[in-house]
Amino acid sequence: MGVKLESKPISKLGYINYQEGNIYYVFHQGNETCAEAALLAGCDFYGGYPITPSSEVAEVLSRRMPQEGRVFVQMEDEIASMASIIGAALGGAKSMTATSGPGFSLMQENLGYAVTAEVPCVVVNVQRLGPSTGGPTSPAQGDLMQTKWGTHGDHPIIALSPTSIQEVLELTIVSFDFAERYRTPVVLLMDEIIGHMRERVGYPRKQDINIFERKKYLEPGEDYKPYSLDYDSDVPPLLSFGEGARYHVTGLIHDEAGFPTLNKKEVTEWYDRLYRKIDKGLDRILLYELYNMEDADTAIISFGISVRVGLEAMQKARQKGLKVGMVKLLTVCPLPEEMLRQVISGVKKVVVPEMNRGQLVLEIDRLNKTGVELIHVGTSDGEIVRPEDVLKALED
Amino acid sequence: MERTAPLIHDMLRPNKKFPSVWCPGCGNGIVLGCLLRAIKAQGIDHNKVALVSGIGCSGRMPVYADFNTLHTTHGRALAFATGLKLARPDLHVIVIMGDGDSLAIGGNHFIHTCRRNLSMTAIVVNNKIYGMTGGQCSPTTPVDSVATTATYGNIDQPFDISHLAAVAGAAFVGRSTVFHVRELENIISQGLNKKGFALIEAISNCHTYFGRMNRIGQAPDMLKWMKDNTAPVLMDPEKRKDKVTRGVFVDKETIGFLQHYEQLVEKAIKNKELLKQWKQKREHKDDEAEEQAG
Ligand code: SF4
Repeated sequence: MGVKLESKPISKLGYINYQEGNIYYVFHQGNETCAEAALLAGCDFYGGYPITPSSEVAEVLSRRMPQEGRVFVQMEDEIASMASIIGAALGGAKSMTATSGPGFSLMQENLGYAVTAEVPCVVVNVQRLGPSTGGPTSPAQGDLMQTKWGTHGDHPIIALSPTSIQEVLELTIVSFDFAERYRTPVVLLMDEIIGHMRERVGYPRKQDINIFERKKYLEPGEDYKPYSLDYDSDVPPLLSFGEGARYHVTGLIHDEAGFPTLNKKEVTEWYDRLYRKIDKGLDRILLYELYNMEDADTAIISFGISVRVGLEAMQKARQKGLKVGMVKLLTVCPLPEEMLRQVISGVKKVVVPEMNRGQLVLEIDRLNKTGVELIHVGTSDGEIVRPEDVLKALED
Repeated sequence: MERTAPLIHDMLRPNKKFPSVWCPGCGNGIVLGCLLRAIKAQGIDHNKVALVSGIGCSGRMPVYADFNTLHTTHGRALAFATGLKLARPDLHVIVIMGDGDSLAIGGNHFIHTCRRNLSMTAIVVNNKIYGMTGGQCSPTTPVDSVATTATYGNIDQPFDISHLAAVAGAAFVGRSTVFHVRELENIISQGLNKKGFALIEAISNCHTYFGRMNRIGQAPDMLKWMKDNTAPVLMDPEKRKDKVTRGVFVDKETIGFLQHYEQLVEKAIKNKELLKQWKQKREHKDDEAEEQAG
């Protein structure tokens, strides 16, 4: 039993080079940290609309962005917020917005636009309980499937989910990298607990961060094609508006030059590349950590705040002599399917704690080809999953 | 007026297939012509123009024009444009929308963009109907007019686009029609030069749906309607009563959002070196913009 697989932690990306003596430690809240990390990552533009439990991101940036000579604007709603960050990104800005459930629903329209037009941007969703106005502002993790499929039509998307405030810092920075590197919106999927919890965070210096920067200039005589099929990475570099190329951007399916097309060949080429660019990046995009999986006959698989619950349950189970391991998913869209398949087929039981009525567990079930026993431990009453309930599922 | 052939070669994309998507005789082409002539007359560098549009017949305008062009989602053009302008103050951001696009689904963005007063020029092509989707009722369809979703006649009160923009705080508001081509071009030119948000309402014809369903006739009949039923706002009110007014309704000197933001940044930046760099960057962009404007 058990699986010998390597973790793929955030540190493997080498984006942040923590220098002992040059780390600035503060006791910070998740939302504050997200805002400060965005500044470190070079965010030039924030357009947002206030909503609990994400408002602190906007509040901190309304104070901090002008201090840095960058732009903060409060838009009239979340539809406009999402639109504004796409417009700003096309102007060359690294852009971001932050919201929660109801606002995230409103953003879906233009989130799909950013996917289609391949415009880099970062969308923070600090999840709260329930559909509609729901239960503000109790925590939940009920937006996982919405993150994956919220906007209409088949499409790939990247979503990252932190489990601690230090990871909020790191994954915010990673979000900006992935957005620019793969020309895609990236969703930073937090939850109310991560957003409002305070922990000690170690901030690196700006010069110790090394992430992907857009560096496209028009070559003399170049016939710039914003959606060219000619790149090995399948990510044609993005040239900002105003740099001389005068190209067209649309939410309609388009050809290599950006003009609308319904030609079957061109539509298929466009769609294939949209998926292929993410597939080719999977080695970098998929981030996860494995704990005690080498000898485990039972695996806990989770994301976000519920990972902390899972880890505690794992420790308690180990004290009782149970061979329990844990998979912490940091990238939740797309999922590391190959790794998960190996984990699932290498154990007798899988337990999935999450603060919802069953979302990640559906994905695990889909990957469960060997019929391993699968138990969901969920809450949907605004309370975090209790370690005792996870332990009970492990023992049963 | 600029002769047509050089204008086409200079301002339209060589790689776009013509004829356009529009019905023969549609006012959209006239509005596009007015806009291109106004841009050309001011000598604005094509690289510094961003033409942003929403969804609908008018939304297809940018595809033909040789600028940085952005065809957005339905109703959201102004919100995309706001982000773009704030990120790139050196660009001339021009927004084209239809009446349904800007006032129904985009109504909230419309009033807030007027209020925010960011230096952009927006043109609403008002043909009083949804053309692209086949003749449905819009927020400017007159009471009792027929549409495919108002088969017994519309009972909703229409918006007056220009007045709405004025009360919402736009720095410049003007209206003309696709019959009054020189006047429309002139008003667009004034809008392009305005500091603050400029809103231009271009009354246009959709003979394919509005004209046919309301028995007004073909494109020439609709143009004649514009001639007979509109009057300059400066005309004696007695003589122009019952007519739709044309002209410039609002032309205010305002500080504008960008300059306001700059003042705010100067207050907020504590690091002196950063402040110096920031000012230099801005001045450079302003210079560029001025050079472009000639
Ligand atoms: S449907 Fe109406 S608005 Fe659209 S192109 Fe035809 S005439 Fe013009």
